[in-house]
Amino acid sequence: MTLLEKINPAGVENMIRQMAESLKLQLGSDYQSAKMLGIKTGGVLVAQQLHEALKLEEEAGELNISFYRDDFSRIGLHPQVGASKIPFSIEGEIIILVDDVLYSGRTIRAAMNEIFDYGRPEKILLATLVDRTGRELPINADVIGRSMDLPQSHQVKLRDDMSLEISQR
Amino acid sequence: MTDMKAQQAIAKPDIMRSTQDDIQLTEAGELKHFLTIEGLKKERLIEILDTAESFAGVNDKAAKKVPLLRGKTVANLFFENSTRTRTTFELAAKRLSADVLNINVNVSAVTKGETLLDTLRNLQAMQCDMFVVRHSSSGAAHFIASHVEPHISVINAGDGQHSHPTQAMLDMFAIRRNKGDFSQLKVVIVGDILHSRVARSQIHALNILGTGNITAVGPKTLLPQQMRELGVHVRHDLDGALVGADVVIGLRLQKERMRSALLSTEDEYYRSFGLTERRMRLAKPDAIVMHPGPTNRGVEIEASVADGPQSIILEQVTGGIAVRMAIMSIAMGNIEKSLAANSAVQS
Repeated sequence: MTLLEKINPAGVENMIRQMAESLKLQLGSDYQSAKMLGIKTGGVLVAQQLHEALKLEEEAGELNISFYRDDFSRIGLHPQVGASKIPFSIEGEIIILVDDVLYSGRTIRAAMNEIFDYGRPEKILLATLVDRTGRELPINADVIGRSMDLPQSHQVKLRDDMSLEISQR
Repeated sequence: MTDMKAQQAIAKPDIMRSTQDDIQLTEAGELKHFLTIEGLKKERLIEILDTAESFAGVNDKAAKKVPLLRGKTVANLFFENSTRTRTTFELAAKRLSADVLNINVNVSAVTKGETLLDTLRNLQAMQCDMFVVRHSSSGAAHFIASHVEPHISVINAGDGQHSHPTQAMLDMFAIRRNKGDFSQLKVVIVGDILHSRVARSQIHALNILGTGNITAVGPKTLLPQQMRELGVHVRHDLDGALVGADVVIGLRLQKERMRSALLSTEDEYYRSFGLTERRMRLAKPDAIVMHPGPTNRGVEIEASVADGPQSIILEQVTGGIAVRMAIMSIAMGNIEKSLAANSAVQS
């Protein structure tokens, strides 16, 4: 694995601040009543900062989508990252779904299936720190920190310290 | 019971272990069947407990289901009566979106091995993917696992006096949730340890998880000194054993033991080994009381203890669903994974 590019935590914070501004525009004046869900584990990190920037009324929730993945028949159960925590009702709410990297779109498909098992939201907006090409499902983000056109051999990873690394296998 | 008979009863699991050769693991060392706790690595048990923790949240959802085993068929094969275990297995399978077949095999109609294999072949022909087996003979689940096709996972829901691994894991789940670290705990198990598959599995699990002190308590006829070989302190006075206990587990007293003259009367048993409020004051003030159910109130446990603030008996039942979901999905997932890897090699 060779490191090609690294965006430091301050750079990532900048991207998230821009995402927050874009979300405010799309949600209108009562944006603070929207509910936020981060997908474990990278999406939760992004959601924390995004939530702070937007000062939403309700605390952000966490989604563990491993029971909804479509690769169970190929690779079995994923290592566990803890239960989903949704401290609010989904029913009739506007949900901001947050992930670190949007790639094939399969994670988002799984996340939406899980959300609907909790109730019927009025609307779901997708916010992702990185939008990279290579979609396998008809899913697009509403808010993007940065778009990247990368070959398959590249990997994008958000670290716990909120730095973003692009490396080559 | 003579000492020799007792020795045979204890030796049984060891004989089985030697023929077992980790049939419950894949080549990669992961669970594909769940037959016994004996011989499993600590990481396997932790994997089950962590996964169960994730599944515990499923019960809070509007739709209490996840789609993991959608399209799979789970056959509950019960050769021995059970309500609680069968029901929680059924709920666990359904919450994983599997289809469930409940088959109460009439024991009198089943003669010996041949008929059992016949039943199995029929169920395999119906394209079942998982067998949950309870049987009054020790080793039955193991026998079935060694005869099924490679795409089928077998879960032991209790075999004779040998093991009841899912019950032990749900007990470990309840202990970890209430007490955290096992290494500092004093766990007291009281009752008919000799004949109890629950106790045997609990002791193995507690040992693997590194429990500091496991004390088994019971009358001499139901707890011979040889039980020490399982890695427990053996005592015959409950009062003394309870001092400083963090976890107290009562076992169900089976009435047939009284008929076979291993015990005198229920009253006498209750006086010596009943978990009463007075006795529980000897344990730590924050000690928890557990029981695999169903409880005989006034025989092995006082009603006010079973229903009291220290009792987590109902929490055990609730946790049992999450733990069984975890075991079923881990085992089924590992079978899927190994089948996918094999077909990739062939193509």
